[in-house]
Amino acid sequence: MNGLMEFVNGLWDFQYTGQVLPDLFSGLLVTIQATVIGYAIALTLGLLIAVVRRVPVFGTLVHFLMEFIRTTPLVIQLVFVFALSPANISVFTIGVVVIGVHYAAYTAEVYRSGIEGVAKGQWEASRALSLPTSRTWTAIVLPQAIRRVIPALGNYLIAMFKDTPLLFAIGVVELLAVAQQVGSKDFRYVETFTMVGFLFLLVSIPSAIVIRRLEKRYVAV
Amino acid sequence: MEFLIAQWPRFLDGTLLTIQLTLGGIVLAFVLAMTFGVMGTMRHWLPRAVATVYVEVFRGIAALVVMYWLIYALPLLSGFQLEDMFAAILALGLNLGAYGAEVVRSSINAVPRAQVEATVALNMSWAQRMRLVVLPQAWAQMLPTFGNLVVELMKATAVVYLVSMHDLSWIADDLRRLSGETIPVFLVAFALYYLIAQVLIFGVRLLERRANRRLGRVPPSGGGILGLLRPPTVGTKVGVAK
Amino acid sequence: MSPSDTPENTTAPGVGDSAADGPLIVFDQVVKRFGDLTVLDHLDFDVAAGERVTLIGPSGSGKTTILRLLMTLEKVTEGRIDIGGEPFSHMPKGSGLAPASESYLRQRRKSIGMVFQQFNLFPNMTVRKNVMEAPVHVLGLSKDEASARAEELLDLVGLGDKVDAHPTQLSGGQQQRVAIARALAMRPEILLLDEVTSALDPELVAGVLDVLREVAETTDITMLCVTHEMGFARDVSHRVLMFDQGRIAEAGHPDQIFGDPQEERTKTFLKSVLENGH
Repeated sequence: MNGLMEFVNGLWDFQYTGQVLPDLFSGLLVTIQATVIGYAIALTLGLLIAVVRRVPVFGTLVHFLMEFIRTTPLVIQLVFVFALSPANISVFTIGVVVIGVHYAAYTAEVYRSGIEGVAKGQWEASRALSLPTSRTWTAIVLPQAIRRVIPALGNYLIAMFKDTPLLFAIGVVELLAVAQQVGSKDFRYVETFTMVGFLFLLVSIPSAIVIRRLEKRYVAV
Repeated sequence: MEFLIAQWPRFLDGTLLTIQLTLGGIVLAFVLAMTFGVMGTMRHWLPRAVATVYVEVFRGIAALVVMYWLIYALPLLSGFQLEDMFAAILALGLNLGAYGAEVVRSSINAVPRAQVEATVALNMSWAQRMRLVVLPQAWAQMLPTFGNLVVELMKATAVVYLVSMHDLSWIADDLRRLSGETIPVFLVAFALYYLIAQVLIFGVRLLERRANRRLGRVPPSGGGILGLLRPPTVGTKVGVAK
Repeated sequence: MSPSDTPENTTAPGVGDSAADGPLIVFDQVVKRFGDLTVLDHLDFDVAAGERVTLIGPSGSGKTTILRLLMTLEKVTEGRIDIGGEPFSHMPKGSGLAPASESYLRQRRKSIGMVFQQFNLFPNMTVRKNVMEAPVHVLGLSKDEASARAEELLDLVGLGDKVDAHPTQLSGGQQQRVAIARALAMRPEILLLDEVTSALDPELVAGVLDVLREVAETTDITMLCVTHEMGFARDVSHRVLMFDQGRIAEAGHPDQIFGDPQEERTKTFLKSVLENGH
């Protein structure tokens, strides 16, 4: 029994794990902040893009740009924007904006499918009532469209959360970066990187369950 | 411009590594997706439980984190160091394989019950039913989503930039450092990524069309090579949380 | 005459030899429930080897469930089914019986084939492949043998020229004839026909029924047939069972059931079928 405990302790140091946990949590906090702000950008920009896409010519250009963003890696987009940015902008800001825009390319498609799902009769009814275009969008079309795409949008929140470690590429000190720093200082990577995995699961699995509930609720309508 | 032409071989080297990672990842992800996807449809609870654990764990953790764990933590645990290339393919395959397994599972479940009943009436075994009837039919359903996953996998290969493997992203960043020509260098890299994505999408479409032909369905876009070149619809990251 | 005890007394004409060895299929107090719904209610009946039995009755009366139990697509809730004098829904275990395992069922259902209402052809295979796949993989026939058998059977059902067509290129009636050939390729002793013409356009029904008449006349396959085609039932079956609410309401020779039904429920049912244009 003692032999076993020794063996386990050789692989995994519980005391050390406890020691680095506060650091890891502060990293997780940055990860969550980046996710939340980035997601807010993705939600608003994506909606804007979905509406603008219906404008002739300009909309096609925007569509092509989004397609381009969706088929190239987030890492190289981050590095590219970082290289072009003036030195006084923080890496956190760059990271959050780039990931937000990247995901806006996806949410725009989600909104688009929602808008296309709104029955044609709704537009015609609005026209019959002589509602101004802005009012038709904000009061009739978008509320219906957004409601039906809430679960799909929720999925992107989780996807984005899992993508934030990529901000490490431009030096944002989020969870993975903290683990790397702490781990290399003490040369104890087993505890640090394993805990990173656990912390990600700790957030992403419950969120996935919430999304599944949302799906049931909104799909049923 | 001259600089870009002079550096063309390096771009090609980087592209080649990106393609190798993509193909390696696709092969591994495909095997894992099929294995765990089929296990997820079994009647016995044990294979189902194993499949669920695999899917939930590797969908919940980004490929980058898994790759770091394999490169930094695993050697301390096991005493041997994986090749970076191998660790990267393993991480990408495990991650995308988990998404793929869900696609395989739901596609199998979408095969009409009546088809399964017909195999019972012909007294086929479980393995025969899967191989001869269920998987060939589920295959056509899997492909469109697989197309999206393949592009996601190709994009995810760029994580190797963080462990300084000389893929397309790393080469682009290196050339930028050398020349300071940020915009042209990156535009070339973006274009190359875009090109690889289009080739992958085209390949999956070909498979899709063949699969639908086998099921006696007419391709929705009509026949001919033009049907395959219709504007791509890579609009979704599939099953990100389901 | 109490309805539930008649069937045992009715033996089919022309199958005396096998009947002497006891019935081929025996339902013994079979109950089938789906949740709270009782579909078969302590059902007893026998079928002799070579006998052709037609099951009629309103929808929900349990006819199709009988076929599905025999094809092992469903499991009995209570009671048991024996085939060929050996347990079928159950298997011997120690000195008693236990619910049949999947491998036991695979062994036992070898001699049973089924044709479905919706044909259920495999869309990923040509017509020939549909017919030869199970003989090759399940019976272990060589590809050449199976292919020859497929061609022969497809000829028999009048589709010799469609061997290499795809199921989606065929009409419903043609698809159903392929499904019959597919079932026959397994050389079944018992053939279950589950409303095989119900999904067909009226003009295609006759072709399918002609094929089945031919099968009935030229083979001694035991057939259980759920159908609304009363003319066909009268021509080919030795016995008709009228089902109502999970029990046998009336059983007898087709001439008697169709010509001189005794039970009120049978009369009402036959009248409604006639009025609906069948």
